[in-house]
Amino acid sequence: MSTQVPAEREEPVGDTPAVRFVDERLGAAKVTRGALRYVFPDHWFFLLGELALYAFVMLIVTGVFLALFFSPSTATTTYHGGYQPLDGVEVSHAYASTMRLSFDVPMGLLIRQTHHWAALLFLAGIIVHVIRVMFTAAFRKPRELTHLLGVLLLGLGLVEGFAGYSLPDDLLSGMGLAIAYGVVLSIPLVGGQLGTLLWGGSFPTAGAFESRLFIAHVFLLPAAMAALIGAHLALVARHHHTQFRGPGRTERNVVGTPMWPGYALRSLAWMCATFAVLLLLGGLVQINPIWQWGPYEPWLGSNGAQPDWYLGWLIGALRLMPPIEPRFWGHTWAGNPFFGGVLLPTAVFGLLAAWPWVDRRLWTRDRLDHHLLSLLRDEPGRVGATAAFAAFVATIFLAGSADRLFVAAGVPYEAQVWVLRAAVFVVPAVVGGLAARAARRQGDVRR
Amino acid sequence: MNVLARALAAAVALRAARRGASGGPAPDGPPGPEHRTAGASPAATRLVAVLLVLTGCAGAAVGVLLALHASTQLLGLAAALAFVLLAVALAVASFRIVPQETAVEDRPPVTDPQTRAALTETVRAGGDGVSRRALLGGAAGVAGAGLATAAAAPLAALGPRPGGRLGESRWTTGVPLVDEHGAPIRADALEVGAFLTAFPHGADPRELGSPVVVVRLRPEDVSLPPGRRAWAPQGLLAYSKICTHAGCAVALFRYPLNEETSTSPALVCPCHYSTFDPARAAKVTFGPAGRPLPQLPLRIAPDGTLQAAGPLSGPVGPAWWGVGHS
Ligand code: FES
Repeated sequence: MSTQVPAEREEPVGDTPAVRFVDERLGAAKVTRGALRYVFPDHWFFLLGELALYAFVMLIVTGVFLALFFSPSTATTTYHGGYQPLDGVEVSHAYASTMRLSFDVPMGLLIRQTHHWAALLFLAGIIVHVIRVMFTAAFRKPRELTHLLGVLLLGLGLVEGFAGYSLPDDLLSGMGLAIAYGVVLSIPLVGGQLGTLLWGGSFPTAGAFESRLFIAHVFLLPAAMAALIGAHLALVARHHHTQFRGPGRTERNVVGTPMWPGYALRSLAWMCATFAVLLLLGGLVQINPIWQWGPYEPWLGSNGAQPDWYLGWLIGALRLMPPIEPRFWGHTWAGNPFFGGVLLPTAVFGLLAAWPWVDRRLWTRDRLDHHLLSLLRDEPGRVGATAAFAAFVATIFLAGSADRLFVAAGVPYEAQVWVLRAAVFVVPAVVGGLAARAARRQGDVRR
Repeated sequence: MNVLARALAAAVALRAARRGASGGPAPDGPPGPEHRTAGASPAATRLVAVLLVLTGCAGAAVGVLLALHASTQLLGLAAALAFVLLAVALAVASFRIVPQETAVEDRPPVTDPQTRAALTETVRAGGDGVSRRALLGGAAGVAGAGLATAAAAPLAALGPRPGGRLGESRWTTGVPLVDEHGAPIRADALEVGAFLTAFPHGADPRELGSPVVVVRLRPEDVSLPPGRRAWAPQGLLAYSKICTHAGCAVALFRYPLNEETSTSPALVCPCHYSTFDPARAAKVTFGPAGRPLPQLPLRIAPDGTLQAAGPLSGPVGPAWWGVGHS
């Protein structure tokens, strides 16, 4: 900085004009070179988070298009449009505009369905990614905050997905919102206040809720999620990726393909493949056909319409809960949906968030940095606990699909509920025990 | 095409030569995992070029199909095809054209003890000569709490206080039962085993307090508690249709057609299978609901239509703090 030399004399020969332009204005050569030489470990495990990221990109792109045509109002209008069976029926603007999107807007149905599939893939990607992180203990120091941001992202993703399919005001939307309202009301002490506050009155007649839900779905939640994704990625880059043990790999380095050019091209290929699959699904596989469910009326119900799969574990929890509703001294101390709809998800997410610290207490037992991933055989206890945790949520999830099994195989739902009430405790114990034993065996063989 | 490929290969070779000095394993010690090979395969280069052109064609096809009002399926196929082609092109480029490199990068250290000590010192220095910290801290806490209250207060504008209004309904003595289209319901239109939805005449059917299910059982099968004996004329019973669990519609009525093989009649909510016994004041017989469905006392008016003989027996819908009795 102290030596003032005319720039042209310092100019090295063979500079690329683009590099020179950027560097002379931003001084970003060092940072950019570092980014281009960033090394990604070569393992498909590390593509799961990217899958979710690219699904999120698709959600934003398609979501912007949808928002241009959707009108978030429950005021009524008469439907006229491409779908003849509902012609002339009184529906809400929300429902009518979603119908218009699906039947009359060019490419509207493709984009709507792609958006919905992208939401499913986004959450599936995160969940598989979390499972990978849990089994390989990638959350250990110094990545606890990365893990926390991810857990938060998963939670917001569930709410965002629910908000999304609650917008069109079809029967499925309404049934879901009725239950959400019931869950909010069930919260001890403040549930009633909170419910009327959120809905702007009582469900479903208060008209304010639809536009609030819209703002949450298209602005508040996506903005929060984008910020979380940014922070999550920044932390990943700060510490660099974890890696499996292997020749030349240590706690102090990363071995793999540098960003430029190999990994960048590979990742872009992965993005295009994700987009292709989503567009293919959006074009060929029908999802949430709201014209089959019809508009929502509070006195209508059906189990032909199934909510998105990622809510299955919450529905399962509501179903499995025995009819406990403490009521004394003139008050309901907790409505029954509180247990399955608030307490359980809070406990599951709380445990997920606290997992790095639980793990350090029980298995890692040191305060060192861990950049090399744990293998299953390294820590059978961790494998067992993780498997038990996953099995617990999966068993509850099964109860969410009980009517599928009822329809498909004729197993009465009462029997399913009784079996699953016991299975919630038995299955995790068995699965956890077996997983831990298998991991220990594998370790013995290796030793 | 060949020119392009050769130029690319030349550039790659040049770069490889330039990096040659810095790459490779340490001179002493075992060979590291790093390696680098450059040199694009001519076949791969041609393939990628073809794929990129085809991507362009598929992309353009989406526009053409849109102009032709093609179906959602065709549009989806064309758009997906464009991205598949591009994905393959990029993957081939990544593995067969650009230099293949495995590099070893040092992990940036997370902390540096000296910098941390300096930071600690800087933070501490900001408090030099400050006394009565507890007082200041407490006062700042008061300011923060006050401002937080001020910021949160407007949230109260979002909704009214529930008061007793949650779970209220328009049903009172003498209100006629009407169907979805507002037509009165005649008692003799309902046979044993019938199930229909009714609303209070003149009220908003969408309020949770409005919809009731009306079923007809054989009078000898009905066993209501003593205070409700007169509520079910001719075996006609009415209950709120809003599930007391979480507010779905109790949309299913199970009526045994063959007494030997099936159980007693039941009202079932499809959401979480709460099951209520209509013959016994909608007692919960299965599922998570914590209290029976509120019952609507019925009477038959002189003209044969159904009327409410009083208000619902309790608050409608999901339980909350204000629900005091079952
Ligand atoms: S809402 Fe009826 S069972 Fe849950």
